[in-house]
Amino acid sequence: MFEKMLRLNNIQVIYSDVILVLKGLSLEVAEGQIVALLGANGAGKTTTLKAISGLLKTEDGRVTDGGIEFMERRIDGLDPEDICRRGIVQVMEGRKVLETLTVEENLKIGAYTRRDADGVQRDLRMIYDYFPVLVARRHAVAGYLSGGEQQMLVIGRALMARPKLLLLDEPSLGLAPLLVREIFDIIRKIKDEQGTTFLLVEQNAQIALSIADYGYIMENGRIVFDGPAAKLRGNQDVREFYLGLSEAGRRKSFKDVKFYKRRKRWAF
Amino acid sequence: MTEILSSQVVSGLATGCVYALIALGFVLIFKATDVVNFAQGEFVMVSGFISYTLLIGLGIHYGLVLLATIVLSGVMGVVLERVVVRPIMDAPIFSIVIATIGASIVLRSSAGILYGYDVLPLPTIFSKDPIRVGFVQFTAMDAGVIGFSLVIMVALYLFFKLTRTGTAMRATAQSQTAARLMGVSVTRIFSLTWAISAAIGGVAGVLIAPIIYLDPNLGFIGVKAFAGAILGGFGSIPGAIVGGMLLGVIENLSGYFFNAGIKQVSTYILLILVLVIRPAGLFGAAPIRKV
Repeated sequence: MFEKMLRLNNIQVIYSDVILVLKGLSLEVAEGQIVALLGANGAGKTTTLKAISGLLKTEDGRVTDGGIEFMERRIDGLDPEDICRRGIVQVMEGRKVLETLTVEENLKIGAYTRRDADGVQRDLRMIYDYFPVLVARRHAVAGYLSGGEQQMLVIGRALMARPKLLLLDEPSLGLAPLLVREIFDIIRKIKDEQGTTFLLVEQNAQIALSIADYGYIMENGRIVFDGPAAKLRGNQDVREFYLGLSEAGRRKSFKDVKFYKRRKRWAF
Repeated sequence: MTEILSSQVVSGLATGCVYALIALGFVLIFKATDVVNFAQGEFVMVSGFISYTLLIGLGIHYGLVLLATIVLSGVMGVVLERVVVRPIMDAPIFSIVIATIGASIVLRSSAGILYGYDVLPLPTIFSKDPIRVGFVQFTAMDAGVIGFSLVIMVALYLFFKLTRTGTAMRATAQSQTAARLMGVSVTRIFSLTWAISAAIGGVAGVLIAPIIYLDPNLGFIGVKAFAGAILGGFGSIPGAIVGGMLLGVIENLSGYFFNAGIKQVSTYILLILVLVIRPAGLFGAAPIRKV
């Protein structure tokens, strides 16, 4: 057991040698937990995930300072396929299914790195248990699935790799609220039953904190606040900024939030 | 009348099958790596010389020669990818395409230096005696070429559809990023794609060289196959197969109805017509640019 499975120590990320995106970010993910990484557009959440999964390299970005440790071994600088083989799988934002492959082929590609045919078959059944809507569509071409089905498919595909750590980027994006609830409940269930560790990037802070164990809040390439999910849910500032709730628990108007934001910044 | 016509169609189909194999090589590399490999025709030519050397020079059994040629062609594809394409992987696609043209010139000239520019006869195991089935007349060679090509195509289909590596290749063709995140080594897939394309070109070389001729300019058959791929819709695998076959038949029939001169240029006339009237080809979707 690794108490802290993933450790980002003060990392700095620069794109194209000039654009500074992450400015000394530190973050830890404990094994068997769901950790939420929250923040507004452009805070650097997706970049953080790409730094971990190695995708940064393919986009002309680099970790120029600090280091990333996974199970006590450095992984920054490795290729994405090698990082995947070590047990980290990223589910990209925007439901990147392989459109011309069938649902089942998509899932089988997830298990590309595995050699245990029996285990793969078992996991395939497990995925269909978690996402029953996929069963009926298993031989359908993935490009024709609905948005929610595609999101379930990419999560299922990632699970097929039996990841130790799953990086989820904005699973709620563009989905109806009821569907979002359903998907997040399934994520929680997978964590409880399979022991998979999740690092979850979300803009929808409310739903993310409802299933997370721990949360980090990012702003402008840095972590500005962190704590157990329960604490974040109760924290006055988080409620104001990211959950859009005023003291009375009522939804605040956008204008008020903006005003509040102008007046007060996070201290770091 | 119908007898001659039908035999023209069958022999056109035989040549067309070879075009289809070469076109398949073009499309596989294009789908996986976005590169149009203009040295594809040279794979055909070089494999012709490889089998000539093994068969005439070393006197090896025909079946072994076929096998060895396929393997050696595959190796040639991998080497070409490593030496010519991979070092400039990050360059614009256009530069890579030009590099493949350069490679084709090098291969053609090397063959000329080694074997000279005279036409060499490459023997075949298929007899050229006519066979009659009903009113259709064809040679055993036509049947052999068509049969062998179809076997290769079916084998490829099964490989892409059923095997783990084949599925990974399709996944890579669609999204390199998604494939890499699932642990697929994209560089390995690229090598494999080049190997398969070159090996198919090798088969095409062994099949076509006895039919037309074997000399360093055999590689220009690649241009015709390219036209076949465009006719079918560049980037579509069924398109490459149907386009190649159709092209062989059209070419043969235009030679029959008009004359040998028209036969020579019919391919290019067709190529221009397709590009003007229906640039996406028969099976092609509207052009999509990968960004």
